[in-house]
Amino acid sequence: MTNLAIELPGLSLKNPVMPASGCFGFGREYATFYNLNKLGAVIMKAATMQERLGNPTPRVAETASGMLNAIGLQNPGVTKIIETEVPFLSQFNTNIIANIAGSSLEEYVEVARAFNETDQVHALELNISCPNVKEGGLQFGTDPLMAARVTEAVKKSTNLPVYVKLSPNVSDIVQIAKAVEAAGADGLSMINTLTGMQIHLPSRRPLIANKTGGLSGPAIKPIAIRMIYEVSSQVNIPIIGMGGIQRAEDVLEFLLAGASAVAIGTANFQNPFICADIIDDLPRVLKQYGFNSVREAIGKGIVA
Amino acid sequence: MMKREKMRIVSTRVIAKETIEMVLENKWISTHASPGQFLHIQIGSHTLRRPISIADCNHVTNEITILFKITGDGTRHLGEYQVGNYLDVLGPIGNGFPTNITAQSTVLLVGGGIGVPPLYFLGKFLKENGINIKAVLGFQGEDHVFYEPNFRELGETIIVTNDGSYGEKGYVTDVLENNLAFDYYYSCGPTPMLRSLISVLKGKKGYISLEERMGCGVGACLACILPAKNERGYKKICSDGPVFNVEEVTI
Repeated sequence: MTNLAIELPGLSLKNPVMPASGCFGFGREYATFYNLNKLGAVIMKAATMQERLGNPTPRVAETASGMLNAIGLQNPGVTKIIETEVPFLSQFNTNIIANIAGSSLEEYVEVARAFNETDQVHALELNISCPNVKEGGLQFGTDPLMAARVTEAVKKSTNLPVYVKLSPNVSDIVQIAKAVEAAGADGLSMINTLTGMQIHLPSRRPLIANKTGGLSGPAIKPIAIRMIYEVSSQVNIPIIGMGGIQRAEDVLEFLLAGASAVAIGTANFQNPFICADIIDDLPRVLKQYGFNSVREAIGKGIVA
Repeated sequence: MMKREKMRIVSTRVIAKETIEMVLENKWISTHASPGQFLHIQIGSHTLRRPISIADCNHVTNEITILFKITGDGTRHLGEYQVGNYLDVLGPIGNGFPTNITAQSTVLLVGGGIGVPPLYFLGKFLKENGINIKAVLGFQGEDHVFYEPNFRELGETIIVTNDGSYGEKGYVTDVLENNLAFDYYYSCGPTPMLRSLISVLKGKKGYISLEERMGCGVGACLACILPAKNERGYKKICSDGPVFNVEEVTI
């Protein structure tokens, strides 16, 4: 029997698969398709202190083997999320990871504090890599000093383990990873989307109203694998890997690159059952490539 | 309630310029579909599904008809599917047109271009329930016109073309002045058409079906949002709509 379980800071995962932040809302819609007990964890849509209404539409556009999105962190605000969404997800036997975002260091701290007062959230994912808002997000994620400062501040304001979500829109991701590890991060989550643009020929204008959007889907998988491969050998904290996962074979590839768990985003839009399907298929794939557990496969692709 | 189903292509044909009519067979979806709902269709390995409204539904043959215009790679690819192929579909999705209206009422259907198809399913359903139907359908030009005989069977139908190559010349709103004897209007079409329609028919009870580039199609990703006069300030086109009372949204 293949062992899919994995222990990470704050997270006792029955399997390494979780939906990625922003692609699964707060689980309500997907709970109509399958029982969320199936999932290793759920990463909730980003929370900010105040409600945000997000960007104008169009907010999404298909690209070759992927898509651009610029939702703009639309969410009802942390208080409402704690009142209505966390209790909904708590009905399920799975881990809840709260993704937190902000326009200022103070906002990140406030949102982190708010989640710290609930006892139903198991970990925080610190979103310093959203490319779709004017202030905050990415400005913290592209500068090692800023990334370290926000990580340290959030760590001080919570008892929950903090996974810092890294941006691929940097020239040296290892440097950022090391900086947030030194600042106390319990884990990393990588990668967020790559900033992109698509121009609509009939209107001669960017197709996304925000002009730029975050590229996700299978198109970015090789970038995610490369970045996780580079980072995993340089840090001692676990990585939740994501970027274009579509099938159980992709999960194994992320594990081999050094991820300890994975998140699935864009693929939920194609197949609402994708997380459950991959969980069911993962033992077969692990077995096929000679592994009896998820743990065994982690980092096994790294060449000395 | 929606499901993920396989639908068999029963027929496919070009019905007007760049416009394809496709008949799909699936018992579950045809049993549950109501006017104004749509299908979220997976096309090959395209990353995003394509939302396409239901143009007709036959409970006896378990068939659903869709019409789509070839506007890009996805719809072009869909147009290449052959009879006997299967489509992976999420559906039926969304809240359609309200149909519980008093018998003998008169409904005006106003459609523009590829916004016309859902109004056919609606008009047929309403007529079967004793509602009088009038239709005003706008197209770019003669080559783009479709379903004129189908609508004529439902009631008085006026065709308008932008270039005047068929029917009346101009926009659907140009012919409304003489056609204001109705109780409700239902519309689907390009946003500029809907905007001017709402303004011309101010004070009348109306419902509009909206479209937007969609992500998940199930209400989770917040891609297809529009500002609304409700507490949270927005509505989701895929799961709150795609049909809205003209009073509740801002377009």
